[in-house]
Amino acid sequence: MRKVYVVGIGLTKIGRFFDKGLRELFAEAAIKALDDIGGEKVQALVVGNMMSSSLGEQNNLGAILADYAGLGGIPAFKVEAACGSGGVAVYTGYSLVASGLFDIVMVGGVEKQTEYPTRIVSKGLAQASDAEYELFYGISFTGLNALVMRKYMETYGISRDEMSVWPVLMHKNASKNPYAQLPFEVTIEQVSNSMLIADPIRLLDSSPIGDGAAALVLASEKYARKLSDTPVEIAGVGLATDHIYIAYRDDLLKLKATINASKVAYRMAKVEPSQIDVVEEHDAFTVLGYMNLEDLGFSERGKTPKEIAEGRFHPGDKPTVNPSGGLKARGHPVGATGVYQVAEVAMQLRGDYPGVKVNGEIGLAQSIGGLGTTVSVTILRR
Amino acid sequence: MKPVNDVGIAGWGVYIPKYRIKCSEIEAMWGFQPGYCRNLNVYEKAVAGVDEDTITIGYEAAKNALRRAKITPSEVGAIYVGTESKPYAVKPSITVVGEALGITPETLGADLEFACRAASEAIEASIGLIASDMIKYSLVIGADTAQASPGDVLEFTASSGGAAYVLAKRGNNTVAYFEGSFSYITDTPDFWRRPRSPYPYHGEQFTGDPAYFHHIISAVKGLMEFLGLRVSDFDYAVFHQPNGRFPLKVASKLGFPKDKVLPGLITPYIGNTYNGSALIGLAAVLEQAKPGQRILLVPFGSGSGSDAYSIIVGDGIEERVDLAPKVKDFLENKEYISYSLYAKFRGLIEKFEM
Repeated sequence: MRKVYVVGIGLTKIGRFFDKGLRELFAEAAIKALDDIGGEKVQALVVGNMMSSSLGEQNNLGAILADYAGLGGIPAFKVEAACGSGGVAVYTGYSLVASGLFDIVMVGGVEKQTEYPTRIVSKGLAQASDAEYELFYGISFTGLNALVMRKYMETYGISRDEMSVWPVLMHKNASKNPYAQLPFEVTIEQVSNSMLIADPIRLLDSSPIGDGAAALVLASEKYARKLSDTPVEIAGVGLATDHIYIAYRDDLLKLKATINASKVAYRMAKVEPSQIDVVEEHDAFTVLGYMNLEDLGFSERGKTPKEIAEGRFHPGDKPTVNPSGGLKARGHPVGATGVYQVAEVAMQLRGDYPGVKVNGEIGLAQSIGGLGTTVSVTILRR
Repeated sequence: MKPVNDVGIAGWGVYIPKYRIKCSEIEAMWGFQPGYCRNLNVYEKAVAGVDEDTITIGYEAAKNALRRAKITPSEVGAIYVGTESKPYAVKPSITVVGEALGITPETLGADLEFACRAASEAIEASIGLIASDMIKYSLVIGADTAQASPGDVLEFTASSGGAAYVLAKRGNNTVAYFEGSFSYITDTPDFWRRPRSPYPYHGEQFTGDPAYFHHIISAVKGLMEFLGLRVSDFDYAVFHQPNGRFPLKVASKLGFPKDKVLPGLITPYIGNTYNGSALIGLAAVLEQAKPGQRILLVPFGSGSGSDAYSIIVGDGIEERVDLAPKVKDFLENKEYISYSLYAKFRGLIEKFEM
């Protein structure tokens, strides 16, 4: 396989955009990414998106977005893996370049949610779970995560206030991120007393509903130096899946797909968790923030909340976790999130990230579809 | 806008049903977290009784307005009701009100619809009719028995009540006059109800920034520029009150201090009476205002549109205040009911006739 590099990056701010549709958002990110490579042409487009069909009644997204962004007739298609669509799009784009099929590929991610009421969006997001065995019985995606959070707190004896350190750290990091949807700080008291959504998940445990688009340009070794002075290598990729129906899982407090995908990615990149400088992980809800660090090999089971309270994983520590503010506070434009994460890690490594900066060589991005049903892990190296 | 002849207010009156349901009762019924509606700054809402509707509410408010105007009902040359809860889909409400008050038959009249802003449109139309000498007096009613799906967040605020105003040419029996107005309307679908749908839909956060805040701020800024006025020129500000929070937020965005808004902020105690909302707030302000004071009135209707008015209070207003029950009297005259009685009164449950 050939080496693959991130050479171009374009992001939109994440938020509620009443005056921008799916294609306008995507074009904004795509044009920024093209500017980043000096206007060079891309040969193919892969787009991560979850709900253009269920919310926007729009399929055939690859062609529409390629056309609207002026990419003109190139091979283009959408990749869908629920909330993990963006990570899988990066995985797909990587494969297209590594295989030698193309030299320059754009990987985009876009989601447009805020023009729909919450009940419609919740129903769309719930399609990440098992339609026949879970969704049919009326549980929402938040409800499934609430089961996991309760189990985590009871198994490891963690109090409400101890759980609340995650959103506090995420909001603090996001307060310096110009792309973040919720760039403000919160306190433990505010988190613990925020509105109850699905017991024990509260409003400030949850990632917000938002719109956004991200675009990367990936290139082969031959083109990487021509298109960028600071190319960042995609050193390892891993993708794994698990039972979608959580009743089939052996252990609710581990996401097997994260463990398996990260093993593959670490092996491919020839790195250990201890070598990672910066992580962007998929904290859709507080409990996932902790479990992801445990599944990725950065901390021991049930000890993460306490470690974070003591300063572990904060800016300046190795690894620094979610300097962007994570899904919690940077935001979670579902199908675009995985692309944002890889873009953010790449910007950290090339030294032009505009928020909380991490000085490092190696970074990792983890993107989850469903409740750990599809997980992709991408390791980048300067 | 400014008519060639100034038009003013000769009389005002309100009616608020005496039944109240506490928001905590609605929270408990639907499993909301206790204290949820405190975030909306709404504590209880008025509920129309089983024998009340927009027509009876409009009649009561109009009777009080005519008392304060001290005129013979037959002098009224136009009668309008702005409402989104007409008892009949087709058949005017104002004919019933007009007949009951002795205003008909020699009068103009119609029921108007523009969500919560229709009564404001009736004020604008009346200003034109009066300023052009086509009619002497106009009776404008804003009244609603607002609908909300059981369990929807709208249920915390959708309430019943109304206000009525008798308008006349400035100096002809008026105690306040409109210095000018500015309207701002766009196609912004934040809230709607389709035919045969019992309850409205709303676009959540869309009802805030692009609808309520954008339209109100645009209308107020337009008015201030048009009349050359500043925030400090106004003694009171009355905004449409879909909940108790939005009016304070829009006031702060525009730079109005809280104490200019609170005298006309009635929604926390009765809920959102839709077409009655800002107009009940204005009535509360008129009942304490002094001659020479300036009031900013800004109704808003989803869909969306807003009108900003500058109103100057004139001599003789104090003598009119006690000629009919005041807003304060209606706020004090209340009887709490359970969710079940509320459900019966509002037609949320039906008795099966054997």
